Amino acid sequence: MNIVWLLLIGAAVISGAVKGHMADVSNAMFSSATTAIELAIGLVGGMTLFLGLMRVAEDAGLVRVLARALRPVFRFLFPDVPRDHPALGAIAMNFGANMLGLGDAATPFGIKAMEDLQALNPDKDTASDAMCMFVTLHSSSLQLIPVMVISLRSAAGSKNPSETIVATIFATAASMIVAIGVSRMFARWFALRPRGGAA
Amino acid sequence: MRELANSASNWIVPLLILAVPLYAYAVKRVRVYESFIEGAKEGFTIGVRIMPYLVAILVAIGMFRASGAMDGLVWILRPVIGWTGFPPEALPSSLMRSLSGSAAFAMSSEIFKIYGPDSFIGRLVSVIQGSTETTFYIMAVYFGAVAVRKTRYTLAASLITDFSGIVAAYGICRLLF
Repeated sequence: MNIVWLLLIGAAVISGAVKGHMADVSNAMFSSATTAIELAIGLVGGMTLFLGLMRVAEDAGLVRVLARALRPVFRFLFPDVPRDHPALGAIAMNFGANMLGLGDAATPFGIKAMEDLQALNPDKDTASDAMCMFVTLHSSSLQLIPVMVISLRSAAGSKNPSETIVATIFATAASMIVAIGVSRMFARWFALRPRGGAA
Repeated sequence: MRELANSASNWIVPLLILAVPLYAYAVKRVRVYESFIEGAKEGFTIGVRIMPYLVAILVAIGMFRASGAMDGLVWILRPVIGWTGFPPEALPSSLMRSLSGSAAFAMSSEIFKIYGPDSFIGRLVSVIQGSTETTFYIMAVYFGAVAVRKTRYTLAASLITDFSGIVAAYGICRLLF
């Protein structure tokens, strides 16, 4: 992350200097900072709502039921998380909401999942393998029906805006397999501490 | 299909917000109102906790976008991807997707305008945008929410995943369209 962060800023300053876009770069710094805070504030409302709902579901034992139902999948993806742990329920809610394209609901569930995973994490400053797996899976874009893309296509006058859905699902599935494989591999290569036996 | 997806999302959340507390109260005798407030308490703190993470990454991305450095990156990559037959026109929006969703979507609509959404490039861009994610934003929000600073291999794994999404999209589009 350190290198990429510096690379982005370095490339920006160099390219800005070469192309004479320095004023734009400087403006972008401050407007992006403002946008970041607006985004964070914008998340608060939905987050408060869904964290409240999530607690009700937890107190009613629903999260546990969900976690249990998905146990086989989750034991494979998150071997370090104890079975029936609330984190698994939150992860299930997050994946479900993502697949249905409910982005506003998915993020709070995902954050709840991260908090539950953090409770299990021995080193609070460093990501656990389960966290890395969870976040990496998002990069494969879990959404089944890419609503945003379809609206863009139809706005551009496509004859059949939804014809790319099947291809998208296949591509997503392929990258999801890569996400799982790579996370697993890296977890072994960059293990935090030597594990006893075959992990 | 789009109408179906849209109306489904309109129904699911309200039904969830009705069904969960109703079940909790009626069947499990949970004090739903108190329980909701207890859980909702954390919402604001998390928002504040995410802020430094979001500012750090969005400022870097904003500077990168404004500087036109993307053109340089495309210029470097163009000869590399030449032999794959991947259309170079689709490269900028694909690379942008991990950095900024809104920018990538704006670039995609531009491509739809020039080449048409039903052209090969239009379809390829659609599939790529649908099967990759705004990795940097997701990392900032999720790790920010729990104040984890050392993210280990997550960024590398995520970028490999994004890249594999682009490759898979290209392969599938070649097969189907």
